[in-house]
Amino acid sequence: MAEYKGVMVYGELVEDRLSSITTELLGCGRRLADELKEELLCILVSDKLGEAPKKAIVFGADKVYTAEDSLLKEYQTDSYVDVMEKAVKAISPRILLFGQTSIGRDLAPRLAFRLGTISSMDCIELSIDPGTKGLQQTKPVYGGNARATFTSETFPQIATVRQKAMSPLAPDESRKGEIAPIKLEMDPAKIRTKVLETVKEEVAGIKLEDAQAIVTGGRGIGGPDGFKQLEELAKALKGAVGASRPPCDNKWVPDTMQVGLTGKIVTPELYIAVGVSGASQHLAGCSGAKNIVAINKDPEANIFKEARFGVVGDWKQVLPALTEKVKELLAG
Amino acid sequence: MPLNMIVCCKQVLDPEAPPASFKIDPSANKVIPPPGVPPVISPFDEQAIEAALRIKDQQGGKITVLSLGNNLLRDVVKKPLSMGSDELILLEDEAFEGGDSWSIAYALAMAIKKIGEYDLIFCGRQAADWDAGQVGSGIAEILGIPSVTVAKKVEIADGKAKVERVITDGYQVIEVTLPALITVSNELGEARYATLKGIMAAAKKQPTVWKPADIGLEPAQVGAAGRRTKLLKLFQPVKEGKCEIVEADTPAEAGAKLAARLREVKII
Repeated sequence: MAEYKGVMVYGELVEDRLSSITTELLGCGRRLADELKEELLCILVSDKLGEAPKKAIVFGADKVYTAEDSLLKEYQTDSYVDVMEKAVKAISPRILLFGQTSIGRDLAPRLAFRLGTISSMDCIELSIDPGTKGLQQTKPVYGGNARATFTSETFPQIATVRQKAMSPLAPDESRKGEIAPIKLEMDPAKIRTKVLETVKEEVAGIKLEDAQAIVTGGRGIGGPDGFKQLEELAKALKGAVGASRPPCDNKWVPDTMQVGLTGKIVTPELYIAVGVSGASQHLAGCSGAKNIVAINKDPEANIFKEARFGVVGDWKQVLPALTEKVKELLAG
Repeated sequence: MPLNMIVCCKQVLDPEAPPASFKIDPSANKVIPPPGVPPVISPFDEQAIEAALRIKDQQGGKITVLSLGNNLLRDVVKKPLSMGSDELILLEDEAFEGGDSWSIAYALAMAIKKIGEYDLIFCGRQAADWDAGQVGSGIAEILGIPSVTVAKKVEIADGKAKVERVITDGYQVIEVTLPALITVSNELGEARYATLKGIMAAAKKQPTVWKPADIGLEPAQVGAAGRRTKLLKLFQPVKEGKCEIVEADTPAEAGAKLAARLREVKII
C-alpha cells in the first residue's frame, strides 16, 4: 500500500495565470506541509498553462504537477475527475486541498467518492493534530449559525477551502522547485457532458470580490428602484453594490450580486447593509468585512449583532442624508 | 416522452428560524431543535422538486421522492407530494441517523438501485443543515452516471438534458446524456406552493418505508456507523464586539451623524 505523503493543492487559473484562491491555498498548504515536515505539491489542469507552474513555485510549492491537454480547455466533471484520480493514485498525497469555487464544489466531492472518501466542504480553518498528524477541518454549518470540526478516517484527506479564508505567502521569485508534467491518455468518449455555451453576466464596475467598500441591499429595499440609491452611495465610496438573497430571488437585481453562503464571499474595509435582516446565510458572505454598518428599522434585526455601527430607522430617510454627508466629507 | 424522475429530499431544522433560537448541546454535538419551530424540507430540495415538476408539466412522467432519516414528520416529508410528486419512499430507521455525506449517499444510491428505473435524479445543491453539497455528486458516482451541479434551468430533448449551470458571474449551458443526476440551486426560481388538490391527494398516499435490510445494507454500513469522517466538535463561535447605535432626533440626522462617526474612526 502506498504511503500517503505531502500536501497537494489543486490550483485554478484565470486564463493562464494563477487565480487568487490558488495563492491562498498555497499559503495554507505551505503552513500544513511545514508542520508535517513534508512537501507542498501543486497540480494544475488546463489546455494551456503558460508561466503558471513557475508562479506556483514562487508562491510556495515545492513541486508542480502539470496536466495539459486540449480536451481540458473547459472544466468538465468527467475529464477532470479522471485526470485527478490518476494523479492522486500515482502521487498519494496525505492531504488534498481545493478552493470552494465553482470548480472545487463540483470536482472535490465527485473525486472524493471516486477515491472512496468524502471532502470537508467550505473550510475556514485547517490544522494538523500534533498527535495523530491528522487534518482537522473546521467549517461553518447550519447556514453559518455554528461551526463543525471534522477529521477524515481515510486518505487522502480532502477539503475545500473558503475563498479569502487563508492568506497567500509573499511571492519569492528566488524559490526553487520542480515542474513535472503528467502523462495523460485522454479519451473523449468518456466525457458524458458537452459545454454548449458559456455566458458571462458580469455587472459593470468594480467586482464585489475586489471592492473595499460595499453597499448591500436586502429585502427591506422593497424593489429594484431602491437599489439606485445604494448605487449612489457605493459610487461615492468608490465601491460596489451587493444584495442578500431575497432581492435576487425576487429578480430585483441579478443573481451575480448575491453575497452569502452560496453567493460571493467578500472582505471589504466597509460593508454597509441596508434593509438586511442579517440571516446567517448572508453573514457567511460578509462576516470577513473589517467594518459592518447596518441600517434597519427593526432594532431586533440579527445584523446588529454583527455590525460595528448601526442606525435603527427607515433606510429611505437615513440613506439620502448618509450619502450626502459622505460626499461632503470625501470632497473636503 | 414521459420521464421517470427521482428527487431526494431531506428533512432539516428550519433554516429560517431566528438565529437567536439556535442552540447546541455540546455533550451530544447536536443542535437542540428550537421549541415550536417545526422542521421543513431543505429549501434547495424544494427547488429540486420544482425542477422535476416543470419537466413533468412539459412532457409527463413520474416523480418518486426519496427521504432518509429518522422520526420523519409525515406533514413535512409529504409536502413534495402535495406539490405534485407521485410517490414517496422513506428510508426511515434509527440506524440511518448521524450519517455523513458518504453513508447518506451510499444508502440513497442503494435505494435508487432498488427503485430500478430512472431517467433523471434531482437533488438540492446542498442541505440547509450541514451545507456540504456532496451527496448529489456522491450518489451519481456510486451509480456510475454523469452529474451536473448547481442548475438553474433544465430542459429535455432527444434523450439528453440541457442544463444551465450557475458559475461565478454567469452560467454555462451543458448537455448531458441520460440517465443523469442534477443538483438544483435557487436561481431556478421559486418552488410552487402545494395546492389544495395536491394536499388532499397526498393525504391519501401512504409512503413506502424501507429499513437498511430492505436496500441490502447492514446497520454498520449506514448512518453514524457508516461514516468516513468523524465529527469532533459542533460549536457556536463566541461573538465579541458590540454595535454602536448612532442616534439622533430624526432618521436623516442619524444618517448624517453616522457618516461623521465613520470619518471620526477613519473608516471613510
